[in-house]
Amino acid sequence: MTNSNYDIVIGLEIHAELNTKTKVFCGCQNKFGQEPNSNCCPVCVGMPGALPVLNKEALKLAIKAGLACDCKINDYAVFERKNYFYPDLSKAYQISQLVKPICIGGFIELESGKKIRLNRIHLEEDAGKLTHQLNDTHIDYNRGGVPLIECVTEPDISSADEALEFLQKLRNRFIFADIAHCKMEQGGMRCDVNLSIKPKGSTVFGTRTEMKNLNSFKSVAHAIEYEAKRQIEEIEKGNKIIQETRKWDDDSGISSSMRSKEDSQDYRYFPDPDLLTIEVEPSVVESIRSNMPLLQEQRIQIYSEEYNLPTSDINILVNSKLVSDYFDNAVKLLNEPKEIANWIITELLKQDVSEKMPISEQKFTQIINLSLTKKITRSNAKILLENIIQTNADVMETAKQLEMLGDISKEDIESIVINLISENEKAVADYEKTPDKVVQFFIGNVMKQTKGRANAAMARDIIIAKLQNK
Amino acid sequence: MEDKEIVKLGILETLELIKSQTITSEYLTRLYLSQIEKYNYKNALLEVFDDAITRAKEIDEKIKSGQKVGKLAGLCFVIKDNMLYKGKKATCASKFLENFVSPYTATAVQKLLDEDAVIIGRANMDEFAMGGSNENSAYGNCKNAFSDEHVSGGSSGGSAVAVACNMCVASLGSDTGGSVRQPSSFNGVCGVKPTYGRISRFGIVAFASSLEQVGPITKNVKDNAYLLEILAGFDIHDQTTRREEVPNYLDSMSNGVKGMKLCYCKQLIEKYKDSKYYSKFYDVINFFVENGATVDEIDIKNIELALPTYYIIATAEATSNLGRFDGVKYTTRTCSSSDIKKLYVESRTAGFGDEVKRRIMLGNYVLSSGYFDAYYNKAKKVQQYISNSLNKVFDDYDAMIMPVAYGEAFKIGEKSKDPVSMYLEDMFTVIANIAGVPAMSVPYGFGVNNLPLGLQILTKNLCESKMYTIANFVEENYKGGMHD
Repeated sequence: MTNSNYDIVIGLEIHAELNTKTKVFCGCQNKFGQEPNSNCCPVCVGMPGALPVLNKEALKLAIKAGLACDCKINDYAVFERKNYFYPDLSKAYQISQLVKPICIGGFIELESGKKIRLNRIHLEEDAGKLTHQLNDTHIDYNRGGVPLIECVTEPDISSADEALEFLQKLRNRFIFADIAHCKMEQGGMRCDVNLSIKPKGSTVFGTRTEMKNLNSFKSVAHAIEYEAKRQIEEIEKGNKIIQETRKWDDDSGISSSMRSKEDSQDYRYFPDPDLLTIEVEPSVVESIRSNMPLLQEQRIQIYSEEYNLPTSDINILVNSKLVSDYFDNAVKLLNEPKEIANWIITELLKQDVSEKMPISEQKFTQIINLSLTKKITRSNAKILLENIIQTNADVMETAKQLEMLGDISKEDIESIVINLISENEKAVADYEKTPDKVVQFFIGNVMKQTKGRANAAMARDIIIAKLQNK
Repeated sequence: MEDKEIVKLGILETLELIKSQTITSEYLTRLYLSQIEKYNYKNALLEVFDDAITRAKEIDEKIKSGQKVGKLAGLCFVIKDNMLYKGKKATCASKFLENFVSPYTATAVQKLLDEDAVIIGRANMDEFAMGGSNENSAYGNCKNAFSDEHVSGGSSGGSAVAVACNMCVASLGSDTGGSVRQPSSFNGVCGVKPTYGRISRFGIVAFASSLEQVGPITKNVKDNAYLLEILAGFDIHDQTTRREEVPNYLDSMSNGVKGMKLCYCKQLIEKYKDSKYYSKFYDVINFFVENGATVDEIDIKNIELALPTYYIIATAEATSNLGRFDGVKYTTRTCSSSDIKKLYVESRTAGFGDEVKRRIMLGNYVLSSGYFDAYYNKAKKVQQYISNSLNKVFDDYDAMIMPVAYGEAFKIGEKSKDPVSMYLEDMFTVIANIAGVPAMSVPYGFGVNNLPLGLQILTKNLCESKMYTIANFVEENYKGGMHD
């Protein structure tokens, strides 16, 4: 922020939908983009008499999130009811955690070395979704009961840049550890910002406001800058900051008051009598820890220190968990990290890899290996790769069909060159004037006749020798 | 056997008639239907299911063709109106759920159906199971089986009266603070609140989740034991159900009370000593002693706190459980306003009765910030204390005995204007709910108004067999047991 007379104090609350097959308290699918209200049951629409049953997978992912952020995992945790009325909340309470969350503490370290401490990560259920139309409001309960983790930081963040870096790192950890997909555009990750300002160096916090409805990292940054500026202006004018919840409007780039502290809800939390206290066995935590996928930071370290990949390549590979996983699997099959990284970056990333990679690691490394062992030429390997991406056929069969396999001997090349020379008098005659062009012409023809199998360097030597002997 | 004798029979005897093909289920169902026609002026049933005969015929078909049939084949049951039975209304005797049709079947109800039972209708109750007289039903009160001037008790009043008036062979009630035992006591039938978690609550419209249990109401003790075995057990849909194996309660009942160590709680009985019903209780203590049991007076300090503790925990949970009735999905929407808050207020004002509103307000109060520790948290501590105290008692004693209620059924309207005196009615029954232990009401004679009285027997968690043994001994040997 521009005004250096003030410190900005920011705490974030991040919600992320967990990657489970089913919802957190019932057997309905956890899937985005279904026909409204097609993916519900008595439990997740809060029918009378229905009871929640905890999805163990959701609990495991919440523990995993804690481990990914260096939290302490509590040995027991309690679900509580957060009671409030809203039409998207079918039971008029949300099952959440207050006094005994699953994970407490933890931190994420920024590049600067500054640690942003976490207060907690807890498990809860998502609410349904309201769509406001001109004259009425529609409720879709498909999202109701989707498992969420809520991650609350300590007020350790002091700028929009730090907030963004923190969010990026948190998001990457959740994605790389297979905890959450964090697609903000689908509501898979949401962020609320608590912000206050204080005179530079003061140890007393100012009054904070909470901002909601931040749908992208960009709006988080904008909202922080806007709110810090607004608060500084208020203070400079001699006004007091009112503790309130503010709603960010992305289009206009301003926030406005939603409700003040006086109107804030009393959620009347109490332990949910329908759910048992969760007892977390240390052995379960250990097994989750030992099966933890490598996080982005850990992969960067391996790619750099063990594989000696250039930073630019590393950044491309770890930009997507899908690509990074693919790379790791491919290296396991063929220990040629540099070669594999090159092939992925130059050949595969031409394709759309947002959902899946275009070819299996097995086939991909098989083709690279054919090229590395000179069974086929590099240019043929590229043709073969494109072919397999289209057909998904067997690699060796296809290479055979395309007549890419089999060595072409020096003698074979010599006899092809002799034939070509006798058939192309004009070209031979041009050799004196444009030697490069003519040699290239003959190489091209040798390659054509050998279906690219001939060693181009060898062919070049033979062609030049024959032409000069003429 | 004469028709009027058949409807008086219990589960085990009626089952013999059906299995031996002496009578058909259709015939039996029609007998109960005519009983209902004759006695339902008492308002025990809110609806008689029109497919009862069809279902009875299907079961008859099964029996005739020699197929294997369930343990309740062709017998007719009544369920409390807070239990979901797919395709049937479940209103909780509330205007709020006037048109609510169950989208699925409660586990307890399904267990009856799985044993080839016929469910003949749904029983009246206090709205959302809140009350002890059935006067809080939005569909009119239910009269006592023995007197039209007296209450049926509640909240499972309709379920108890349906059994007492032979409208069915047995019924299901639910007991949050005495709602099975007290109406059973008032109508001379056997009612059980099992150990918390013994019967699934899935599909029972929740009032106070941590306290309530489904309970069988039957004409005799053995029927109750037989029925509980069918209803009990772990349910994947209810995490609070217990995983311990369900015993064969009938077989595990023993003979007599000789050598048993019984007790009663001094602090509770002291308050009862001035009562005109005390001599009845005194008599039954003597009866146990004469038959070889010991009966000790024991101390449980502050046990009377069970009552305020109950009203704090129950109302807190009820407030939350009833939040979903907000006018968005249930009830006829009368509000035309686009203001959501107004929709909530108008729907809830119109949809709930006074007692429900009273308890919602109480519950919100005890949970609200600033009061939470003083009320809810303290109540949870007292609950733990009472539970520990009772468990300690059961380390030394086989059972604890006490009355179910202060006396016989009271007069309709006598207490309905005074909620506190109505709440005090629950003093003896809430203890088992607060501690989670099993308890039952078994008839043991009649009071000064010639209305039935129930003796309450409490045992250690999961020791229902012992409870049944004692109750069965009272039923079979204690003079002044059931009327003819």
